[in-house]
Amino acid sequence: MIGGLFIYNHKGEVLISRVYRDDIGRNAVDAFRVNVIHARQQVRSPVTNIARTSFFHVKRSNIWLAAVTKQNVNAAMVFEFLYKMCDVMTAYFGKISEENIKNNFVLIYELLDEILDFGYPQNSETGALKTFITQQGIKGQPQTKEEQSQITSQVTGQIGWRREGIKYRRNELFLDVLESVNLLMSPQGQVLSAHVSGRVVMKSYLSGMPECKFGMNDKIVIDKQGKGGTTDEPGKSELGGSGKQSIAIDDCTFHQCVRLSKFDSERSISFIPPDGEYELMRYRTTKDIILPFRVIPLVREVGRTKLEVKVVIKSNFKPSLLAQKIEVRIPTPLNTSGVQVICMKGKAKYKASENAIVWKIKRMAGMKESQISAEIELLPTNDKKKWARPPISMNFEVPFAPSGLKVRYLKVFESKLNYSDHDVIKWVRYIGRSGIYETRC
Amino acid sequence: MEWASQLCENRGLGSKMTDSKYFTTTKKGEIFELKAELNSDKKEKKKEAVKKVIASMTVGKDVSALFPDVVNCMQTDNLELKKLVYLYLMNYAKSQPDMAIMAVNTFVKDCEDLNPLIRALAVRTMGCIRVDKITEYLCEPLRKCLKDEDPYVRKTAAVCVAKLHDINAQLVEDQGFLDTLKDLISDSNPMVVANAVAALSEIAESHPNSNLLDLNPQTINKLLTALNECTEWGQIFILDCLASYLPRDDRESQSICERVTPRLSHANSAVVLSAVKVLMKFMEMLPKDLDYYGTLLKKLAPPLVTLLSAEPELQYVALRNINLIVQKRPEILKHEMKVFFVKYNDPIYVKLEKLDIMIRLASQANIAQVLAELKEYATEVDVDFVRKAVRAIGRCAIKVEQSAERCVSTLLDLIQTKVNYVVQEAIVVIKDIFRKYPNKYESVIATLCENLDSLDEPEARAAMIWIVGEYAERIDNADELLESFLEGFHDESTQVQLQLLTAIVKLFLKKPTETQELVQQVLSLATQDSDNPDLRDRGYIYWRLLSTDPVAAKEVVLAEKPLISEETDLIEPTLLEELICHIGTLASVYHKPPSAFVEGSRGVQHKRLPPRAGSGESTESPDVGQSGPSEAPPAVIPSQGDLLGDLLNLDLAPPTATVPSVQPSMQMGAMDLLGGGLDSLMGDESDTPGGRTEVQSPQPYSDYSERELGGDIGGSPSMGAGLGAAPAAMPASLGSAPAVGGGLGDLFDLGGGVGMPTGSYVAPKTVWLLAMKAKGLEISGTFARRGGIIQMDLSLTNKAMSVMTDFAIQFNRNSFGLAPAGPLQVLTPLSPNQTIDVSLPLSTSGPVMKMEPLNNLQVAVKNNIDVFYFSCQYPLSLLFVEDGKMDRQVFLATWKDIPNDNEAQFQIKDIHLNSDVASNKLQGSNIFTIAKRTVEGQDMLYQSVKLTNGIWVLAEMRIQTGNPNYTLSIKCRAPEVCPFVYQCYELVLKN
Repeated sequence: MIGGLFIYNHKGEVLISRVYRDDIGRNAVDAFRVNVIHARQQVRSPVTNIARTSFFHVKRSNIWLAAVTKQNVNAAMVFEFLYKMCDVMTAYFGKISEENIKNNFVLIYELLDEILDFGYPQNSETGALKTFITQQGIKGQPQTKEEQSQITSQVTGQIGWRREGIKYRRNELFLDVLESVNLLMSPQGQVLSAHVSGRVVMKSYLSGMPECKFGMNDKIVIDKQGKGGTTDEPGKSELGGSGKQSIAIDDCTFHQCVRLSKFDSERSISFIPPDGEYELMRYRTTKDIILPFRVIPLVREVGRTKLEVKVVIKSNFKPSLLAQKIEVRIPTPLNTSGVQVICMKGKAKYKASENAIVWKIKRMAGMKESQISAEIELLPTNDKKKWARPPISMNFEVPFAPSGLKVRYLKVFESKLNYSDHDVIKWVRYIGRSGIYETRC
Repeated sequence: MEWASQLCENRGLGSKMTDSKYFTTTKKGEIFELKAELNSDKKEKKKEAVKKVIASMTVGKDVSALFPDVVNCMQTDNLELKKLVYLYLMNYAKSQPDMAIMAVNTFVKDCEDLNPLIRALAVRTMGCIRVDKITEYLCEPLRKCLKDEDPYVRKTAAVCVAKLHDINAQLVEDQGFLDTLKDLISDSNPMVVANAVAALSEIAESHPNSNLLDLNPQTINKLLTALNECTEWGQIFILDCLASYLPRDDRESQSICERVTPRLSHANSAVVLSAVKVLMKFMEMLPKDLDYYGTLLKKLAPPLVTLLSAEPELQYVALRNINLIVQKRPEILKHEMKVFFVKYNDPIYVKLEKLDIMIRLASQANIAQVLAELKEYATEVDVDFVRKAVRAIGRCAIKVEQSAERCVSTLLDLIQTKVNYVVQEAIVVIKDIFRKYPNKYESVIATLCENLDSLDEPEARAAMIWIVGEYAERIDNADELLESFLEGFHDESTQVQLQLLTAIVKLFLKKPTETQELVQQVLSLATQDSDNPDLRDRGYIYWRLLSTDPVAAKEVVLAEKPLISEETDLIEPTLLEELICHIGTLASVYHKPPSAFVEGSRGVQHKRLPPRAGSGESTESPDVGQSGPSEAPPAVIPSQGDLLGDLLNLDLAPPTATVPSVQPSMQMGAMDLLGGGLDSLMGDESDTPGGRTEVQSPQPYSDYSERELGGDIGGSPSMGAGLGAAPAAMPASLGSAPAVGGGLGDLFDLGGGVGMPTGSYVAPKTVWLLAMKAKGLEISGTFARRGGIIQMDLSLTNKAMSVMTDFAIQFNRNSFGLAPAGPLQVLTPLSPNQTIDVSLPLSTSGPVMKMEPLNNLQVAVKNNIDVFYFSCQYPLSLLFVEDGKMDRQVFLATWKDIPNDNEAQFQIKDIHLNSDVASNKLQGSNIFTIAKRTVEGQDMLYQSVKLTNGIWVLAEMRIQTGNPNYTLSIKCRAPEVCPFVYQCYELVLKN
């Protein structure tokens, strides 16, 4: 299991060091600094073995988090734990920075004591942790016996992510369907690979211990119902809109609150949600993706010292919708000496430091088209190596889900308190963003 | 502390008061100041002071001097302060054991506190204080906490048992904590179950033979129930534990799989990977024609793909595992090629791994896409990545025949880019393509020759030279080309030299008239001016061959070579199986068995997949080769590059230069040399440009012959071509071997039929207990290991005047846990002057305590008169187990892994045995010879020994012909056993 956990700043100075196992000595702290943080080469692997000791590291801005072990630990678990630890720290004091870590070192030690025992990760849900590990140490002692046992039963219980007795005057929930659409397209416009990775993020402000059921236009469910004949789902089109009937989901994963065995057998998504914001599910689709933009590049080398680039972008969605924050990044060779750009819409600039022409458009409606052309002057070089022509990449945001996913319902049942599904105010929002959206040229 | 003082200034400028200020004190005398503050009456001030102490501790300052003052702060109501003090205690208790006792009272009191959080905190912290004296006090509170009404306390106590076991295993057993821990598996709280499972699994790991976990269908059922309810981490512990269970039949296996599959949708990648591990393992037991088997295969693909959208570090772990899964079950991901395409922004470690998997998945169906991608990658920036991409193109050509032409033209395009490392890499792979498809793509040679000058890496030079030699008849200026290399012959690396030698000989045989001078030149360079024995050997052989019988030389040197096969970089099947059992763990990331990087007895157990269902296949031949047409398991060549690596490669390839003593001494007749020399010649021929190319140049018969042919290497086809005519011509030193293959056979499987083991050596009895010291009872005895059972042979003599009865025997704790496995069988009373011989079977599961010397055993014998004590020493060979033959690969990895400090050298004098007899003799005592190598008349035997407690001992024994003194180097993770192992060697060899 994890033998020790260290946090370093960018210089390699230790900010936090907690050792859990006897086989990890103080020298491990230095070994990592010397061999990884101060190494001249770029990091070649997130797992490093130095003198029979294995180091796992992740970086958050310029802070290094390293877990150390001498055993054959579950590597995936160690990384998951490190990410989780970042989440917990962020939930407690915001951004992970040197200053924040130093300001909260007592708290961090307290957390580390709680969420790792002898190197074994323990309950690390912030919801639970915040009930008894508090920033100022105010809480902790003047609790009644009931409160104490409530805390412990929550930390160890089946629903470790939610505490009892939550009350809201207004029961409200927000669902965000956030998708990032990824594309790799050949210069000829052939889709080399495309997939959507999506997340359903939920913000719940619900009283008590509500039982929730979430439904979407999952092909498997819809087909099953189709066979069954009647669709007696109430509120079927309550939240969702029109559009594609159903979508094929390649795979999905759920927050630990979702009953996986139930999903496996009935494909229904039921759960008791954590309070506040959390990620309910992640999914991936590869079929019938709506690609919001098409990029058509044209690069011509005119002699040895000039390049002509023309890029057309076409928006491919309903004209009533608006895409935002559009940015097209056209890479230029290292020996570029000057660039002249003309674009029909938005603003374009050559950024020498980034070796790219960056073309920004604030808004663009569907079924439109825009174009940029540029002349790139090159310095003559005797460098034999050809320019690698990195792909043209794109960023954007659209108000729909490129996968076609629709939320069909989210039902809330809380039998003990007197509010019903109808009393809950529900909001749904769809945001599609570009992931790695590249077209080779 | 620089940053600390900076922050201090910031604060002075008015930033808010925060904890970072505690990092600031750097003044002299601060310890003194802190001391005063710690003893202050004001609570707040105390707390501040403790915080400062912890801050100093973090940055590595020694604040142990404050121990008593800090401990004084422990007795407090303030939980935050208490935690800080505990943190300090955990760090320094070990260095101040006596003072740590001061803290015990508070701990014991806290364990009784009303607040469960405080009870848990106390028991958690106490377990982290590694002071022997404290552990005694820990037992009672721990016992209570294990039965606490609050689950939070129980789950903490469960982990504490593992902590205590790490400090004092015996104590945990004696106190019966293990049973309590087992009971917790049935606890009502899932988290308690999960932590108990974690603790038990860890404890079980250090007791390889104990049946601690004792998994049966009932406990499995409990675990599966808890799986649905516990935290993500708990699910990981439980799944990892499930993976070590062996279901009774395929029905049980299926029902477990059904209950584990829902975990594949968990958001935590580690849960997913651990579930995959369980499924991959249990699937092995399902009949392939079962519908469920197919369903399961289909269910595995999507979650594996989803892992690739995780954070890059996890992607890396996932990819390393997918690499294994694809080798074991290629069908799972065969349609998922696209997701492994490299993204421009992937970190380099992700890119390299993806590339590997792309090649593994390449097939006729997707090859066009793959090639287009690879070509794209070959223009990227990162040199390693580009090289690997180029190499991948070559591997595609070899793997998918239909694509070969396209691959070659792609490679030619890349050569045109003139990027130096791309060109070199391309030439190396084109050489391999030639070896797979001879006489097909020779038209490209001209292009290759244009780039001759730019080649500066040995591998590329060797490849180019091989090509020129192989196709000398079609290259007009082949002689000029080769001659140009010859100028700097002595500056070249060995692989280039060897290749150049062979190439020129080939050239000479093809165009004898104009190249006579050249061949003479190279032969004399190789034989007379070189220090390298391999080069000299090869030079002499060619020379003699050419001068004795040019026709035979032609037949040998220009013989048709076996084609190389596609799967050359697969992980060796047994290792792969083991790694599959370790999916998700570090072993699967390193692609090494845990024993290669974990110290001590932990992880030494080799995990195996369950036996395959139905088909009757044994685990010996897993169906890795499914994708390929070849019947034989694919040859797997390890990639170590050092001397030991060479050794291994040589051994793996039967027809190579491992024939004992092929010494180019002038006294021997030409014919003698021919016999031995031919093999090596042929072997080298078939593996071409030497050295590192072994990594990708497959030797298709190696594994095959090891397994199937056993000692009968003579039939190996590659050898038959050249050797067929003269099997009788054996080198003199092989005289005693029964057949051609005999000598080689020794190398591959010494246990297999060649010479029977002589049985382990048993020393004569010596007197251990004198009659005068034991009221007339004399005991003499010795130790023996017979058929895996350790026995203590005793002779009891009654030298007193009265009858002796009621014998019993007991051992004190000892280094290897030796203990009587049964009572001392002296059934009849021992009359005066009578002697009885008894054999007492011993087990090694007794309590362990390190003795001085290590092999000392203290014995107590009781009879109706009194109790007598004596001590004796047993030979360590008693503990050498029968399955101590280490896998060759593992041997290599382990040898390299053990630090050199742990190596001990010994001289064994006056032994007049040749190496085969010696190794046979040693094998009788379970010292196994894994490989043998002969260098300049010196035989080197590589041997392994495994002790009953799982410690491996590796040894290298050098035997110089004619020198009665052997040199023995012993390497072991526990170096203290080395001298005793040496003793055993001496004992065995001298008797």
